[in-house]
Amino acid sequence: MSAVIQNTGIPADVAGATGARLAIRRFLANRIAVVGLVVVILFILFCFVGPFVHPTDQLHTALSSANRAPSGAHPLGTDATGHDELGRLMYGGKVSLLVGLAAGLLATVIGTLWGAVAGYAGGWVDTVMMRVVDAGIAIPALFILLVISAISTPSLSGLILILGLVSWLVPSRLIRAETLSLKNRDYVLTLRAIGGGHGRAITRHVLPNSVSTIVVAATFQVADAILLVAYVSYLGLGVQAPATDWGGMLSAGLTAAYSGRWWLILPPGLAVILVVCAFNAIGDGLRDVFDVKGR
Amino acid sequence: MTTTDVSKPILEIQGLGIDFSTESGTVHAVRGVDLHVRPGETLALVGESGSGKSSVALAAMGLLSNNATASGSIVVGDLDIVSADEGALRGVRGSTVSMVFQEPATALDPLTRIGWQIAEVVRNHRPVSKADAFAEAVDLLRRVGIPDPDSRASAFPFQLSGGQRQRVVIAMAIANSPRLLIADEPTTALDVTVQAEILELLRKLAVDTGTGVLLVTHNMGVVADFADRVAVMLRGEIVETGSVEEVLLTPQHEYTQGLLAAVPRLSTEFDSDAGTAAETPAEPVISLTDVTVRFGRGAHTVHALDSVSFDVRAGETVGLVGESGSGKSTAARVALGLIKPTSGAVGLFGQDLRTLRGRARRTLQSGIGVVLQDPVASLDARMSVGEIIAEPLRVHRRGIGGAERARLVAEALEAVRLPASMAWRAPRELSGGQRQRVSLARALVLKPRLLVADEPTSALDVSVQKSVLEVIGELQSHLGFACLFVSHDLAVVQDFCSRVVVMRNGRIEEQGLTGHTLVDPTTDYTRRLLAAVPVPDPIVQRDRRQARLAALAAVTTTESLEQDHA
Repeated sequence: MSAVIQNTGIPADVAGATGARLAIRRFLANRIAVVGLVVVILFILFCFVGPFVHPTDQLHTALSSANRAPSGAHPLGTDATGHDELGRLMYGGKVSLLVGLAAGLLATVIGTLWGAVAGYAGGWVDTVMMRVVDAGIAIPALFILLVISAISTPSLSGLILILGLVSWLVPSRLIRAETLSLKNRDYVLTLRAIGGGHGRAITRHVLPNSVSTIVVAATFQVADAILLVAYVSYLGLGVQAPATDWGGMLSAGLTAAYSGRWWLILPPGLAVILVVCAFNAIGDGLRDVFDVKGR
Repeated sequence: MTTTDVSKPILEIQGLGIDFSTESGTVHAVRGVDLHVRPGETLALVGESGSGKSSVALAAMGLLSNNATASGSIVVGDLDIVSADEGALRGVRGSTVSMVFQEPATALDPLTRIGWQIAEVVRNHRPVSKADAFAEAVDLLRRVGIPDPDSRASAFPFQLSGGQRQRVVIAMAIANSPRLLIADEPTTALDVTVQAEILELLRKLAVDTGTGVLLVTHNMGVVADFADRVAVMLRGEIVETGSVEEVLLTPQHEYTQGLLAAVPRLSTEFDSDAGTAAETPAEPVISLTDVTVRFGRGAHTVHALDSVSFDVRAGETVGLVGESGSGKSTAARVALGLIKPTSGAVGLFGQDLRTLRGRARRTLQSGIGVVLQDPVASLDARMSVGEIIAEPLRVHRRGIGGAERARLVAEALEAVRLPASMAWRAPRELSGGQRQRVSLARALVLKPRLLVADEPTSALDVSVQKSVLEVIGELQSHLGFACLFVSHDLAVVQDFCSRVVVMRNGRIEEQGLTGHTLVDPTTDYTRRLLAAVPVPDPIVQRDRRQARLAALAAVTTTESLEQDHA
């Protein structure tokens, strides 16, 4: 291949390379998005690599060392059951980030498929599918979550599934709108005119071309899902002790806030705010990358 | 014009340079352009896409986008546009100099009645009451030939046809009797018959008021019809200037010569060998029989096609011509199976397309190749050129391996005269002509028996159009496929097709051999259509214009006589 390229004088850096470089340059031009990306990377390192640097026991209670203020051994103090708060922030962060990412991505996948099929099929199929979405949006997600948790205590994967199933509605609307315009593009018409199937049209043309919408929607979905996990856990409906997440830590530390033990409530609260803002900023940056209007 | 008028140009551009700063660096779009327009004179600025002609026109209005910087001088009247501030520019725009844009649909505010839109332009520059301005607007509408201007003034833009909208745009442009009118492709979005009317109107206005006109266009026929002098632009520079006769009849610059040679010319002579192709009877590859297509229900039903019957036989090229809304694209889409006819039969390769489902239908459709109009929208930007061309193979010949597929793609690229290495490139790196050739390669990779081409060259420059048409013609003689060629350009169809079907309002007006139908048509409509095509020869075009106007006057008289009888 390289020989051919040399023969015809085509520069070695083909389309993909220059396109990627341009995308990176656009993303870097959005300072806040860069900060957001750095924050997310730092938090991932903190939660997943941090426990090796600062190993703590998060399973057994140690009442002898409960309710300590920050010190050399416990930089962020300890909670009412004697867990090291810094270690707990890492331990809970793992759950928050995992559940948030997984649920956000699940919601995006479901929403994308639903929206693409509805938009591409059109007619009564579209009408029925979108009325389902309308009905879903009309029911508050929190209400559904409360009902489910009243019936059963979800496992980690159960929690991801439930959060994903209540938040795919908005992305499905976005993708449907995108599909409506894409399905009448000339290259889709050409494919259909020569006898190409609908499956191929959707998977090879419609979805790849809505990837910008999908990726941007996904980042916002992840941010929403992290917030939702914190929300659900704060109400005591999330992962069960001894496991925890940032929302659960907030809930557990609530009473401590009145007695001045700020280290139990400020770190998890700030962590949630920072990560959610960071994902939103990344979404903004990605939108700049894909937005062709500014060119 | 009086001699004093001629001495002082209304527009004088000297050493104009325009640079655009983009993400990938600075682009020098225009370099060292000198030109002038005198009162009552029309200067045509011609060139192909990307030559910088529109940038010059926008710069003369002070309307360049924010990332553009102009250098040199542009003097309109007494004001230097390049150095003037926004306030001074606003004082000049719409009064001393005004502009007619290409697309009348977007140049008008859809939510304001046209009378008030024109009145607003009047009131921007002159202290008159609303009522007086509106009365003036009605007057202007009368001047630009809008029938029944009193009631039409309170119409919304969507209630008008494209040609009428462009008349309204012109009315706005002349509302304050400008001394300079800049028209950027004023007729490109319009049908030929409407184009002829709009050019007639602009010419009359220029002569009546002594307005100088800067006409930006790519259409040499329009130049021949309208311009006094011509400036030819190539890559941001003017390569040739002269009177319209000099430039169009005895071009000096190599580029102008090439450009004019590539312009398809409408021939008015009988072509004796035009009929030979159709004389050998072959079985129809595709046939439409009494096809009717209706969109919508009840009172809003649109009759897109009304009992349309034609066929295309093996090896021949049939042109489908007509103005916008005539149903020619709908007919092509019915032939492709993309639109289901409300009634009537579509036969593809001798089988009835209506009764076929699933695999049988798809197999039949593998014998069709498609090239559509828009070179950008035709190719999926997320795929490489090789993947695009291989797509029909992946749909219909799943058994073949990667190496075989690559070989067929390389073969197809070679057939459309593109290097095989093009397969790894992305569509966005290609020019419009290259894109259409990739489209053609995709259409031909399965060796189809029928090629359906819907305006395959109308988005391309003439020189590129010529090479693309050459490639199609050459491949057709090798591969022997039949071709259904949809176009609005009668000169191209006359040159390229053996038979022609003329459509109007969803019906077939007439059909026959190109050499007969497009030279000596039997219907008045085709005759009018042909008469409205401007030819790129100012002397011939002058005669054609006179003949057309005379014929039109005769038709109107007979029509009114007929109405009197009825």
